[in-house]
Amino acid sequence: MIMILMIKKTIYLLLISLMSLFVSACNNSNEDNHPGVVEALTPEFGDTFIEASIGDASTLLPVLASDSASSSINSMIYNGLVRYDKDLQIEGELAQSWDISDDNLTITFYLKKGVTWHDGTPFTSADVEFNYRLYIDPKTPTSYAESFKQVTGVEAPDPYTFIVHYDKPYAPALISWAMSIHPKHLLSGVDITKSPLARKPVGTGPYKFVEWVGGEKIVLESNPDYFEGQPHIKRVVYRIIPDISTQFLELQTGSLDFMGLSPLQFDRQTDTSAFKRLYNKYRYLSFGYTYLGYNLNRPLFQDKRVRQALSYAINKQELIDGVLLGYGSVATGPYKPDTWVYNSAVPKYSYNPEKARLLLAEAGWRDTDDNGILDKDGKELSFTIVTNQGNDLRSKTGEIIQRRFKEVGVAVKLRIIEWATFLKEFINPGNFDATILAWTGGPEPDQFNIWHSSKTGPRELNFIGFKNREVDNLLEEGRRVFDLQQRKVYYDRLQEILAEEQPYTFLYVGEALPAVSKRFRGVEAAPAGIRYNFNQWFVPQAEQKYSR
Amino acid sequence: MLSYIAKRLLLLVPLLLGITLISFVVIHLAPGEPTDLQTQLNPQASSELQERLRSQYGLDQPLYIQYGRWLSRLIQLDFGESFATDRRPVLDKVLERLPVTILLNLLSIILILTVSVPLGILSAIQRNSGFDRTTTVLVFTGFAMPSFWLALLLMDWFGVRLGLLPISGLKSLGYEYLSWGGQLLDRISHLVLPVFVSAIGGLAGFSRYMRSNMLEVIRQDYILTARAKGLSERTVIYKHALRNALLPVITILGLSVPGLIGGSVIFETIFAIPGMGKLFYDGVMMRDYPLIMGILVMGAVLTLLGNLLADICYALADPRIRQNQRGGGSS
Repeated sequence: MIMILMIKKTIYLLLISLMSLFVSACNNSNEDNHPGVVEALTPEFGDTFIEASIGDASTLLPVLASDSASSSINSMIYNGLVRYDKDLQIEGELAQSWDISDDNLTITFYLKKGVTWHDGTPFTSADVEFNYRLYIDPKTPTSYAESFKQVTGVEAPDPYTFIVHYDKPYAPALISWAMSIHPKHLLSGVDITKSPLARKPVGTGPYKFVEWVGGEKIVLESNPDYFEGQPHIKRVVYRIIPDISTQFLELQTGSLDFMGLSPLQFDRQTDTSAFKRLYNKYRYLSFGYTYLGYNLNRPLFQDKRVRQALSYAINKQELIDGVLLGYGSVATGPYKPDTWVYNSAVPKYSYNPEKARLLLAEAGWRDTDDNGILDKDGKELSFTIVTNQGNDLRSKTGEIIQRRFKEVGVAVKLRIIEWATFLKEFINPGNFDATILAWTGGPEPDQFNIWHSSKTGPRELNFIGFKNREVDNLLEEGRRVFDLQQRKVYYDRLQEILAEEQPYTFLYVGEALPAVSKRFRGVEAAPAGIRYNFNQWFVPQAEQKYSR
Repeated sequence: MLSYIAKRLLLLVPLLLGITLISFVVIHLAPGEPTDLQTQLNPQASSELQERLRSQYGLDQPLYIQYGRWLSRLIQLDFGESFATDRRPVLDKVLERLPVTILLNLLSIILILTVSVPLGILSAIQRNSGFDRTTTVLVFTGFAMPSFWLALLLMDWFGVRLGLLPISGLKSLGYEYLSWGGQLLDRISHLVLPVFVSAIGGLAGFSRYMRSNMLEVIRQDYILTARAKGLSERTVIYKHALRNALLPVITILGLSVPGLIGGSVIFETIFAIPGMGKLFYDGVMMRDYPLIMGILVMGAVLTLLGNLLADICYALADPRIRQNQRGGGSS
């Protein structure tokens, strides 16, 4: 039973769900792989790439999909107008180029010519216009409408030009057009929730849909007419293997070509010569961080000194070593340490129990009855940390924090609750003291939904109730400016305030630890991860394993 | 007999209604709604979306109206559409998973019967012998072994180390291109471990059951009579004793009818077999009410029918029961 419950639910914790799978970034540390000499091989076509997913996809219509299995398959079948390149810069995908007007209110996209849908129909600006209406249609049950609601009007003056108008400058606007574009000729006038395309998709992307055997596998085949050229790997097979241990056994027999390893597997279980002969391992920082969030509506946490003290009482490096076996970095704020927006000049709250005790004493918490727990006005300093069941890393993190807190005289209980109950009974009604959770993000630094005081309502993301007038202003201004240098000024200040206020104790950023079969060449880690150039991966003829 | 069956069938209707009502209320008592899980902590989903989904699913109605709607669809044999994002008909989702589940369970029952019946009889005849003691120890070890652990061990041993059997799934990748014999072999090799692991628990229980049944029968007077008549030990055991000892097997088989469509989440997850257990488990985690209710109803109907069937077969096989049933039903 325990094994099954380990299947994770982080998939709902998408911060900026846009392409979240493909934008995990990277610090280029590439472990014991890659022969010193670079092979000079010409890419060859053929072979099959097999990977496993713990869950079956839910729908292959990207507008409806919100789970990671569906998203990763959809990203190979569909395209957006733009995308992130290997260095996380925005580049054109279906758009050849674009102009942003001087007032930052209008974007004109010039679309690529000669692009066709998988059924041969040409792709035009009418498709893009249809998609805008599809995403904002109240009848479409999509989670991706928000950024398109900022749009005040669209025009498609000719088949290859598409113009979008905004009434206020909106910095995340450009990348919001990375959203997958669906075919108008197959969906127009159809109830999107009943469309057969959900199980038999038609896109413009590098791979075409072949078959979906429910609960078993999904098969894709390279698109010979892809506008960026046919991908080298002929077939991609997603096998649904719900158990991580089984996936790992399959990997050891060579039946899988790709798997994201756990720190334990990466560190201790893949050091065999047999494994090294078959796979290259990679490691890079992933987007997203784990935090301990304090419910600021509780009187206990309204004193900033208490929150700061708790941050000093936690040894973050110890968490990384104990929970992630060292495969991670200390988090000091909501941004990943190797991105342009990261501010390294903020206080880091390195482990300092003395300072924690001092701050707590300053806030009036003293151990008057000598029982090892601090008290004030006859009340002991104790609270409960809640987290969701099924995430082993979080419960372990909680246990380690619990011990450290005890050392400075804070009594903490840990409660681990099934996900649906956790949301319904604890997070939604604000019925918790502190919680360990994680946000998964992307390169776009806008965090309006998490920190703005208008987002503290029920079922909104600022569920800890953080309200700060200056932060509100910074978030509003930050999304109105397009120039990165100018934007950084706002987000640097945001990080300073968050560091001072410690509404969360930012704990750690984990690393992605993929293993890729050595057959595949052209795999290269970049800030965007390793999958950004999947279409260029290839297997030399002599090593190809699957002929069909 | 016919009127007895008709009466029993009629009694099933209120029973089934009661089961659906209780199930419906209980699953709605579980905290969290499907819409919460689809929209929560997703920065892009607004609360409008949540409301829209709730009204699309009819969750904004009072519970008794939801139940009424569900029931009136059920009467027309419409199990409704899943609340998962794919919104496929529940029946489609179940039918997709049913064949493999039934196949696995049938094979496993056959394996259990063919091994445990002789095992139980031999242990009973040679009671307290070395053979009896050894099987007792082995059988209890098998019974106590967590199936996921055994499964992983066997996968590691036969799949990784020896490379004899595939680890998971139902078919190999190039299945479509294999010859007819190759396809059969491929399917069998994929089924060996799952069938063995799913049978091991039942094997233990059933062989113990068989053993005690046999011991019970051997002590009866008519066995003494048979022996006194001078019949050979062989005839006594295999003709007189065995037939009576096998009677309870009917009950067990009847009870295992619902088990045919039920699956185990644990081994389906480990062996990556898309079966009913995993479907149901995922449904519960997602609070996919129509799917949960659909599977529960099918399970309930089969349980009730299985019971009825067992009673009928029992009556056919055992004249003593036939006599007693003149007056009323048995449970």
